[in-house]
Amino acid sequence: MATTADTFQAHDDAHHEHDADHKPGFFARWFMSTNHKDIGTLYLIFAIIAGVVGGTISGIMRWELAEPGIQVLNMVAPWLGADPAQIDQTLHLWNVFITAHGLIMVFFMVMPAMIGGFGNWFVPIMIGAPDMAFPRMNNVSFWLTVAGFFSLLFSMFVPGGIANGAGTGWTVYAPLSTSGSVGPAVDFAIFSLHLAGAGSILGATNFITTIFNMRAPGMTLHKMPLFVWSVLVTAFLLLLALPVLAAAITMLITDRNFGTTFFDPAGGGDPVLYQHLFWFFGHPEVYIMILPGFGMISQIVATFSRKPVFGYLGMAYAMVAIGVVGFIVWAHHMYTVGLDVNTKMYFTAATMVIAVPTGVKIFSWIATMWGGSIEFKSPMVWAMGFIFLFTVGGVTGVVLANGGIDDNLHDTYYVVAHFHYVLSMGAVFSLFAGFYYWFPKMSGRWHSELLAHIHFWVFFIGVNMVFFPMHFLGVQGMPRRYPDYAEAFSFWNEVSSIGYIITAVSVLIFFANLVYAFTVGKKAAANYWGPGATTLEWTLSSPPPFHQFETLPVIEDHHDYHDHLPREGDAKPVTA
Amino acid sequence: MASAANPDLDQKNLRVALIAMAVAAAMVALGFAAVPLYRIFCQVTGFAGTAQVATESDAAIAQRLASSAGAKPISIRFDANIAPGLPWEFAPEQNTDVVQVGSRDLAFFVARNNSDQPVTGAASFNVEPEQAAPYFNKIQCFCFTEQTLQPGEEVRMPVLFYVDPAALDDPNMEGVEQITLSYTFYRKPAGDS
Repeated sequence: MATTADTFQAHDDAHHEHDADHKPGFFARWFMSTNHKDIGTLYLIFAIIAGVVGGTISGIMRWELAEPGIQVLNMVAPWLGADPAQIDQTLHLWNVFITAHGLIMVFFMVMPAMIGGFGNWFVPIMIGAPDMAFPRMNNVSFWLTVAGFFSLLFSMFVPGGIANGAGTGWTVYAPLSTSGSVGPAVDFAIFSLHLAGAGSILGATNFITTIFNMRAPGMTLHKMPLFVWSVLVTAFLLLLALPVLAAAITMLITDRNFGTTFFDPAGGGDPVLYQHLFWFFGHPEVYIMILPGFGMISQIVATFSRKPVFGYLGMAYAMVAIGVVGFIVWAHHMYTVGLDVNTKMYFTAATMVIAVPTGVKIFSWIATMWGGSIEFKSPMVWAMGFIFLFTVGGVTGVVLANGGIDDNLHDTYYVVAHFHYVLSMGAVFSLFAGFYYWFPKMSGRWHSELLAHIHFWVFFIGVNMVFFPMHFLGVQGMPRRYPDYAEAFSFWNEVSSIGYIITAVSVLIFFANLVYAFTVGKKAAANYWGPGATTLEWTLSSPPPFHQFETLPVIEDHHDYHDHLPREGDAKPVTA
Repeated sequence: MASAANPDLDQKNLRVALIAMAVAAAMVALGFAAVPLYRIFCQVTGFAGTAQVATESDAAIAQRLASSAGAKPISIRFDANIAPGLPWEFAPEQNTDVVQVGSRDLAFFVARNNSDQPVTGAASFNVEPEQAAPYFNKIQCFCFTEQTLQPGEEVRMPVLFYVDPAALDDPNMEGVEQITLSYTFYRKPAGDS
């Protein structure tokens, strides 16, 4: 492919419409892509598809949970080769669904969208780089993720013990995942994690290299937009956490197939060790899912308040602090394995410490809005929804951080409510905020702001209806991971299931908006959000040229994005 | 991309990428290293109910310490379990025993093979409550040593232990009146000797 820079003449970014926009043919462009924007687009499409699959599975689960008893699982059991007459097989199917839902949403929806999608699209542009450091490795990362997704889907159709599919939960705890699940399904699910993990590690390496080495002249680390900071911290978390998961699940594989006893007490192993290893990865993982969202929210709140973000350095280092402390709090996921009092005290205290940098971020966003000239464009509405709902999830997180309280709430719906408030509302709201913020930039066409607002409100009502009642159910003692429940829990479960329908409708509005944009959407200008949008992607056309910054932009000292907005007479970023 | 244009950048990129991959490889290694490290950590700290292993001389010192401190009696409960798939009977000779803190005590567990073929088992052990584990010292025991029982064979297995008098000074041990020593016998998989 003619992608070497010297093929092109140096040109002014304002007149890019000729050679820089030369694109390869369809197959080469989308299946052998080395262009960070195309790969970002692929990731976003992939994440939307995976999100629909994962969301459909949660729809089946909410349908089953709409009333007590087992009614829906019987109907769907034959799809996956289970015998509805065998109650054990039907119940196994439930475990398969919660496993698939969790793994898909974590590894194949949120991570690809946040890091692969928006990260790939905007990190190089925001630092003034022509592309990622290793474009071909970028492509490998993407296709590894896709292969992982298919491995996981495939696992649902091969034997996994009682019936088809891996019914281990996304945590894949031993001994359920070792001696408790005979058959290849769990091996395929684990292999799926290996593939997705390898893809993410390669991606993290790529981002770290790009951000360290390919910033435009003058773009110091402390001038980088906060979204770039967030992806940098995320990449480090990936690099440190994912290999530990890889080690742990490799031990699962050898325990399952090659007679080792890492987690089998019969050979001197310890199943609790698996939990330690898993959560040493698992806790940083939840920050991996939310930190890029933090970054996007910072860009969006600043843009629509027409103010630079409040406390830029504090915001950047709060993310670093969250990343660092995130590695030393893992055992708060396993308070009930029999930790002694002192260990619980440590993990309780350490966990609560994370509320401090998180609070710095929340209050800095509010301070950014304070006194700003706020425009309630759709990304801003989604961002404000994020701040509100993420804070709700954070508050229940502080409750659950207490080892003593967690003894009661562990594995109840309170925990389900908590992590869906921070993820399916925190992470997903930030994804939609980022999507509406950058969609016209990426596609060159406007979505409907009206539909985006309606999407927001319907989604907001829907997800709150799904997840808020789960707090009540959890406090009343409803355990997670069961398809049936006592009569007493039926009211709030019904409310929650109605909430799912509303949420599903909002997703249809989202797709309608996409159709609108690609059919009748107006063309988007280069900087369609106006003077509040100051980062480098707004200096490019919408969509940006196929190859941007063939001549690097220069960020001059007085052109500081964080201390003040560019004023009349300020030098624009110039090309060298 | 950058390759033809800027070999310097290529060098720099490769360097950073190699360092990053080395970090990832090191974390994989650390993940595997966690297995022995976790075992050592449990043995040293008594974490997760891991009882201590002591020598005769440790026991003698403890005995002297205990008699000077004014020994207290403490109840020990013996618990025996069989993992599924092991066709044995396994029980302590007596369920509880009251010992002086610091004094040695000998307890016996009895295992019997009820099947018609030789079976090999290995036992793991645990102490409850967990805060007692660092003070529960075993001088001699049958943990993790493999036992092969012929059909119908019965063996008495001794455990020689004492409770470290340092337990009396630990505020976490206040109110602990009974320590449970629990054994579980597992079947060794065939062909895995």
